[in-house]
Amino acid sequence: MLASEKEQLHQDVVMFAENCASHRSGLLPVLQHIQREYRHIPAEAMQEVADAFNIHPAEVYGVVSFYSFLSTKRKGKFIVRLCKTISCDLAGKNGIATQLENDLGVKFGQTTPDGKFTLEYTHCLGMCDQGPAMLVNDEVYSKVTLESVTDIIESYIRKSGAHVTQGGAE
Amino acid sequence: MMGGRKDLVIFSDIEIESALKKAANRAPGEVIREIRESGLKGRGGAGFPTGVKWDLAAKADGERKFIICNADEGEPGTFKDRVLLSDYAEQLYAGMALAAYSVGAKEGIIYLRGEYEYLLKGLIATRKVVRGKNLLGKNIAGKEGFDFDVYIHLGSGSYVCGEESALIESLEGHRGEPRNRPPFPVTMGYLECPTVINNVETFITALHIAAKGAEWFRAFGTSKSTGTKLFSVSGDCLRPGVYEFPMGITVAALLKEAGGENAKAVQVGGASGRCVGRSEFESTLAFEGIPTGGSIIVFGEHRSMLGVAKNFMEFFVEESCGQCTPCRYGTTTLLEGIKMLENRKCSMRYLRELISLGESMQIASKCGLGQTAPNAFISILKNFKHEIMVGKQTEQAIQGE
Ligand SMILES: Cc1cc2nc3c(=O)[nH]c(=O)nc-3n(C[C@H](O)[C@H](O)[C@H](O)COP(=O)(O)O)c2cc1C
Ligand code: SF4
Ligand code: FES
Repeated sequence: MLASEKEQLHQDVVMFAENCASHRSGLLPVLQHIQREYRHIPAEAMQEVADAFNIHPAEVYGVVSFYSFLSTKRKGKFIVRLCKTISCDLAGKNGIATQLENDLGVKFGQTTPDGKFTLEYTHCLGMCDQGPAMLVNDEVYSKVTLESVTDIIESYIRKSGAHVTQGGAE
Repeated sequence: MMGGRKDLVIFSDIEIESALKKAANRAPGEVIREIRESGLKGRGGAGFPTGVKWDLAAKADGERKFIICNADEGEPGTFKDRVLLSDYAEQLYAGMALAAYSVGAKEGIIYLRGEYEYLLKGLIATRKVVRGKNLLGKNIAGKEGFDFDVYIHLGSGSYVCGEESALIESLEGHRGEPRNRPPFPVTMGYLECPTVINNVETFITALHIAAKGAEWFRAFGTSKSTGTKLFSVSGDCLRPGVYEFPMGITVAALLKEAGGENAKAVQVGGASGRCVGRSEFESTLAFEGIPTGGSIIVFGEHRSMLGVAKNFMEFFVEESCGQCTPCRYGTTTLLEGIKMLENRKCSMRYLRELISLGESMQIASKCGLGQTAPNAFISILKNFKHEIMVGKQTEQAIQGE
């Protein structure tokens, strides 16, 4: 982490902690904020949070490791989450999954080398009547097709000016 | 998107402001009595009588009380709360205020699943509108001392956090691990204060009851399961979507409405529910029949039911909090068993052991997740043993091509 980032992080954590009088109910909101800003929860952040809330860093780690939307590993700028639960499976999510791997050049669970995209599976997104469904960060896409899924990814590439290597996953 | 009938209970017209005014002009005990008499049971799955829950919280000791809306909707195949949260949020806030008035709570929380973050903007905008109409805030509906407001908490991707004690743990900044009960949330919930936790649909239904009366509500449904229910229908049918039907509708009648008459099986109640075969299509969907939070997944003739069981079990292996052994060990062992069945490597003796393991999980698991995790597997085996043990299995497990 850069020194300036560290200072910003410290200020953010202190602000969140003050807002909830260092009560633990403020823990998830602050962790969600850190995840959003830094795309993961770095070790330094866990220490900061532990200090601000007067708990052991192991407690913070315990919480971070429990929730699937929090991670200690840095995620891509865009997290693509494809629903793998039953109704989307019936609606043909396998084909979409292959297409996503080919378009992004990574397997599920991986992040593109340029750090732009992380590809993940998720469970039911509450879009079962319009599957296959997926999330890109907090945008939801339903009834995705082999064509539209590519267009969706393209639109994010354009948004970020990202260059993603084409070609199949190894 | 809204299927079929729109005008029964939940999707019927309502004057929200006058509904809340009407309630605020009665004593809180009167409002609770109306809800009790309506026979309304919780719409989140477990079916606890709502009026009884509110009454317990009203009578519980505590200066500070909370009203929590469970908007964690994580059960596979359920999406009706998503529709309510996006299109009926005003009624949700008013329904929560109704509960607050009844039990004497000043603070409310919506626990919104992280996957629904895209609904947050709309919910916040609607909250502003609702505050403007004085349905949240101070002296609500003109009633002196009726103060209540709602804060929205975002989840972080965990199915078990929909279980009410895990939800409280999560709100308090802990891992979402279910607690031992008792004590129940109505006496010792969030921050150890008396807390009412209800499903989104429950709050909205209660608002309609407060407006139109218990008797009106009881005219729908059956004597043991009063009123209507929202059903989220997906899978192999022509018209998937959210439907409102009176409680007690048969599986067959529902399939007809949704264009799924050719189904060979229906999963009622999501991953934690059970698989219903054709011979049971005349059964009713109700607390005394097949109970459900409303998830209906339709399977056509060509689907591999073992593939379906596998998809559900993978879900539970990943979502188990791992706190207790029957669930942690049971879900992984059952998944291994399903893979053995897939490879034709499972002896009948071992299959019987797996079923008995599933039955132990139903009894010995600490929370509803582990208690219900074996249901789909056991009911699919019961209905489709021949297909699984003898029948031709398609190479592509579920997709059936
Ligand atoms: C594993 C598990 C997950 C649950 N998920 C939800 C959920 O997403 N939404 C919900 O309303 N209830 C859920 N419940 C039920 C809640 O524990 C609780 O009974 C319900 O919110 C009470 O509200 P109701 O009485 O209005 O139904 C879940 C239960 C279990 C065991
Ligand atoms: S039954 Fe499963 S989810 Fe529930 S407490 Fe036990 S391990 Fe956790
Ligand atoms: S199964 Fe994919 S959104 Fe529900």
